[in-house]
Amino acid sequence: MGLDIRLPIGLLFTVLGLLLLGYGAVSDPAIYQPSLGINVNLGWGAVMAAFGITMFLFGRRRKT
Amino acid sequence: MPHIAIHAIDYAILIVYFGFVLGIGWALKRYMKTSTDFFLTGRSMPAWVSGLAFISANLGAQEVIGMGASGAKYGIATSHFYWVGAIPAMVFVGVFMMPFYYGSRARSVPEYLKLRYDEKTRGLNAISFAVMTIFSSGISLYAMGLLLETLLGWSFSFSVLISAVIVLCYTFLGGLTSAIYNEVLQFFLIVMGFLPLVGLGLKDAGGWSGLQQRLHLVATARGFAPDAFSRSWAYLGSPSANPLGVEWFGMVMGLGFVLSFGYWCTDFLVVQSALASHNMSAARRTPLIAAIPKMFFPFLVILPGMIAIALTQQSGQTGFALPVKPDGTLNYDMTIPMMLGHYFPSGMLGIGLAALMASFMSGMAGNVTAFNTVWTYDIYQAYIRRHERDEHYLWVGRMTTIFGICASILAAYLATQFNNIMDMLQLVFAFVNAPLFATFLLGMFWKRSTGHGAFTGLLAGTAAAATHHGLTLPAHAVAGIKGGWLGGLFGVLHHYPSEMAQNFWTAIYAWTTCFLVTLLVSLATKPRPEKELVGLVYSLTEQPSEEHLPWYQRPATLGVIVLAMTLVLNIIFW
Repeated sequence: MGLDIRLPIGLLFTVLGLLLLGYGAVSDPAIYQPSLGINVNLGWGAVMAAFGITMFLFGRRRKT
Repeated sequence: MPHIAIHAIDYAILIVYFGFVLGIGWALKRYMKTSTDFFLTGRSMPAWVSGLAFISANLGAQEVIGMGASGAKYGIATSHFYWVGAIPAMVFVGVFMMPFYYGSRARSVPEYLKLRYDEKTRGLNAISFAVMTIFSSGISLYAMGLLLETLLGWSFSFSVLISAVIVLCYTFLGGLTSAIYNEVLQFFLIVMGFLPLVGLGLKDAGGWSGLQQRLHLVATARGFAPDAFSRSWAYLGSPSANPLGVEWFGMVMGLGFVLSFGYWCTDFLVVQSALASHNMSAARRTPLIAAIPKMFFPFLVILPGMIAIALTQQSGQTGFALPVKPDGTLNYDMTIPMMLGHYFPSGMLGIGLAALMASFMSGMAGNVTAFNTVWTYDIYQAYIRRHERDEHYLWVGRMTTIFGICASILAAYLATQFNNIMDMLQLVFAFVNAPLFATFLLGMFWKRSTGHGAFTGLLAGTAAAATHHGLTLPAHAVAGIKGGWLGGLFGVLHHYPSEMAQNFWTAIYAWTTCFLVTLLVSLATKPRPEKELVGLVYSLTEQPSEEHLPWYQRPATLGVIVLAMTLVLNIIFW
């Protein structure tokens, strides 16, 4: 099939990861009381963005 | 139950995700030129993509919500549904059965039955499967509508219609390719959305050892040995000693053999993604690759359930409690959604909700594409209009998508009106499905089995399942939908310790009856000439050569590795 699936997966997770990361950076620390005081948005947003970028790069590399 | 509040960031995440889902359908539209592109992705998928789609199609509502609920209800023993009830069958279909499915160039599971047996066996399977997929997809929609209503206060109709329209758009545009691509996307989203939940929950419960101690209280409060919720095999000697209420033989034979092989090896819902692979070796590796994440899914879906019940037991200290239903029992179905609401702040909550909706939609989309293929190839092309041009069938496939989605919506509303009708239908399907694996097993490995044998065997197996169900009852149940409805005529012959034990034994009786009747009728009827069965039966088919493949691509080697890993997991949680 003409579209390598790693490209949309990579893009989606990069966008979602950056959204979370950005929100985690500016949000009020009080909202992290339910998550045991851990800013999961910041940490997990970074993980998701890193996963997204890796997927995207793999998808790109095979194409060329 | 108070609704969970969601904020702008969560809506933004949901909108981005659904935008991508639709975008994929749109981007794939231009590749859909022939009916094979639409129904079988033009047989172009690499093994890892079809493998992830293979488990994702099964990752519907029943999986995430149901297994989380079972984790809370039964503890780690729920893992039998994976390590006994899925992995061995997935290895079997990849190593032994895929050469016939893929090699025969059948476009669907019913079509294989037509090639191997005859038209009537195919017709019986195709029609029951088509009806069943519509109702499963309707049940998915219904469960999601209900969940979002309870959790977020969204209107039932809004949730049902919006998700149906989204699934319609992407399957209409891109067919099975679009469904598979989105299933892979959903797979990663579900993993990403639930992993932090497991991490936070486990940390809150005091790690694995802390969780075990808390589960001791849960188990003793229910009258079991202290570690009955944290050990999977130790108490299976007697049904009254474990929360499942089953003994090991019924579990291994009923779940591990009949139900599991019947589902993973013959259900076109999962098999369709393997048929979409780009070559035989990839088709055989599809279920084997799928088995690897599958064996770790208990940690993703069952563990949160176990954490939830442990926290509920000490809700005074922990501040977490599962909601209670009007009849006083715990509402286990809310386990995973409650955990999401309890631990996730805004932002992460959006990801969790997107993952939850993704799980419902991937289950529904898989059903819709399977319905499309079976309807178009096995019913429409076989019985209604035989010799049309390919474009005609592509058009029929697209129209069938619309019809399938509308019928699912109807089924969802039907479920709101008559809950019992849905239970009843599911029961009837269980009767139809239980014997199926005997038909395939004999068809693939015994060249003497005949079409008349297969057809009568299937009918007899279904009748045996219904009779067994009608003559037995689980403990504490009244005759009716739970069984015993033939009791008026013959009396209830046996009481099972639990509903699950009754289900497993219904399956065992159905399978055995189908096997024996197929065998006897086949011996009494005329076999097909051997040359017609080449490529369809094991002893008459040359085995695909694996010599040229590196070891990690050989199905048999992969199968052994997968089984060994599963064995280790069983031993760790013995």
